[in-house]
Amino acid sequence: MKVLVAVKRVVDFNVKVRVKPDQTGVETANVKMSMNPFDEIAVEEGIRLKEAGTAEELIAVSIGTSQSQETIRTALAMGADRGILVETDVAVEPLGIAKVLKAIIEKESPDVVIVGKQAIDDDSNQTAQMLAALMGWPQGTFVSKLSFEDGKARATREVDGGLETVLLDMPAVISVDLRLNEPRYASLPNIMKAKKKQIDTMTPDELGVDVAPRLNTLKVVEPPPRAAGVMVADVAELVDKLKNEAKVI
Amino acid sequence: MSVLVFAEHDNAELKSATLNAVTAAAQLGEVTVVVAGSGCGAVAEAAAKVSGVAKVLLADNEAYAHDLAENTAPLVVGLAGDYSHLVAPATTTGKNLMPRVAALLDVAQISDISAVESDDTFVRPIYAGNAMATVQSTDSVKVITVRTTSFEPAEAEGGSASVEEIAAAEAGGNSIFVGEELTESERPELTSAKIVISGGRGMQSGENFEMLDKVADTLGAAVGASRAAVDAGYVPNDYQVGQTGKVVAPDLYIAVGISGAIQHLAGMKDSKVIVAINKDEEAPIFQVADYGLCADLFDAVPALSAELDK
Repeated sequence: MKVLVAVKRVVDFNVKVRVKPDQTGVETANVKMSMNPFDEIAVEEGIRLKEAGTAEELIAVSIGTSQSQETIRTALAMGADRGILVETDVAVEPLGIAKVLKAIIEKESPDVVIVGKQAIDDDSNQTAQMLAALMGWPQGTFVSKLSFEDGKARATREVDGGLETVLLDMPAVISVDLRLNEPRYASLPNIMKAKKKQIDTMTPDELGVDVAPRLNTLKVVEPPPRAAGVMVADVAELVDKLKNEAKVI
Repeated sequence: MSVLVFAEHDNAELKSATLNAVTAAAQLGEVTVVVAGSGCGAVAEAAAKVSGVAKVLLADNEAYAHDLAENTAPLVVGLAGDYSHLVAPATTTGKNLMPRVAALLDVAQISDISAVESDDTFVRPIYAGNAMATVQSTDSVKVITVRTTSFEPAEAEGGSASVEEIAAAEAGGNSIFVGEELTESERPELTSAKIVISGGRGMQSGENFEMLDKVADTLGAAVGASRAAVDAGYVPNDYQVGQTGKVVAPDLYIAVGISGAIQHLAGMKDSKVIVAINKDEEAPIFQVADYGLCADLFDAVPALSAELDK
């Protein structure tokens, strides 16, 4: 089986982002960048499929500026076999990402595509579903358990009411949720080895994909701040405040 | 402008998230609700009574019983020609379906909107709600999911829409529903409860959540959790409040033993009143709390129970 994972370079999850004074976006200059945490889980799952003998090859794709190469290197250091960078300075929306991935799939013919359920920058949660639509493939979204049997994918999904399990024909698109696995750290020897692994670079134009945004961002602002609260001395004072000041119980 | 709202339901009952989506949709134009399911006639009747709904479309077919997006997306795409906007609540069902619909229509999808500025301009949170983006769609059809906590629910009674049965679209057939394990609870739904009490890593075990259950039962509250508590296996995944879990905005949110990572704050900071109980006075949760109590939760929560029972 051949597995393709998509990885996105995002502001590190520990960074408290700041809105730019001109309201065009958030400050990303001199800010720590990392692989989207959900994509790390996708990469880890691909590696485990290889280790289990279920998958033979794991390809990591990233779409973004030349710096996204670092994110691909991280995936390679974790255990992916080779990388593909689709280089563009456009902030590509999920629909454009899905179209680029479709073009890659047509070249590479993977049996399963695994992606994070959402990126922690734009919080869209769309790419897997859009890619599945464009390919006419089934989708297993928000997956916390994944196995393959008799040429089908069995995916347990985290849904609002609990868990749901679906059986998908292959090829399929999977989007992963937090509980699927715990991603490994790349070891130093593997980081060194990853430097020799192959990364092919191409552009959306070369793939014949239009990635022009469909949404104009008119402004980005900070959410209204919460008014400062007070500390209470004990439970009795807390209950009194809730009853008589806030009037919520 | 005419708006199609995809109803959230379990084939028996219309879920309240639909009511919030109807409110957002009504700001855009005349609202039609589509109910896709199996044996879901009662849901369509309920949707027809919702205030502000002009028409209900009922697609009753076995293929729609479990909301498989492979089956429901072609149905919605088939209806799309008559509408300027396609709207669903940003539940796991809506999030699973609407991007698939949008891609089939070759349009963007606008996730989790918190306000409608005009018929093509919407506000949505990004970066875990640490920034609010105003975005304008250039597409002919707007495909939208709605942050339910940002819109008041429409009145469940008072409307008298007609119900029209529509034919099923061709089912995808490439995915099969196998089964589900739903968390049984007599308590209110987390996303629509007036009071929520959540526990974090500080709870130390699943058994200790019984202390929160007791308070919840006294207050008529729902019980939630931080990611740390879910990852540790104290409670099921559907308890998770946060950026990638559920977003809640109750009148009262009580955070117990939760440090307050930005990913958790993203899911609860729009609550009207926030109470934090934590023994670490430096915990970031106190920065968003209206009332902070620096105390050991194993003393404070039983004391809270006792005080409320007085």
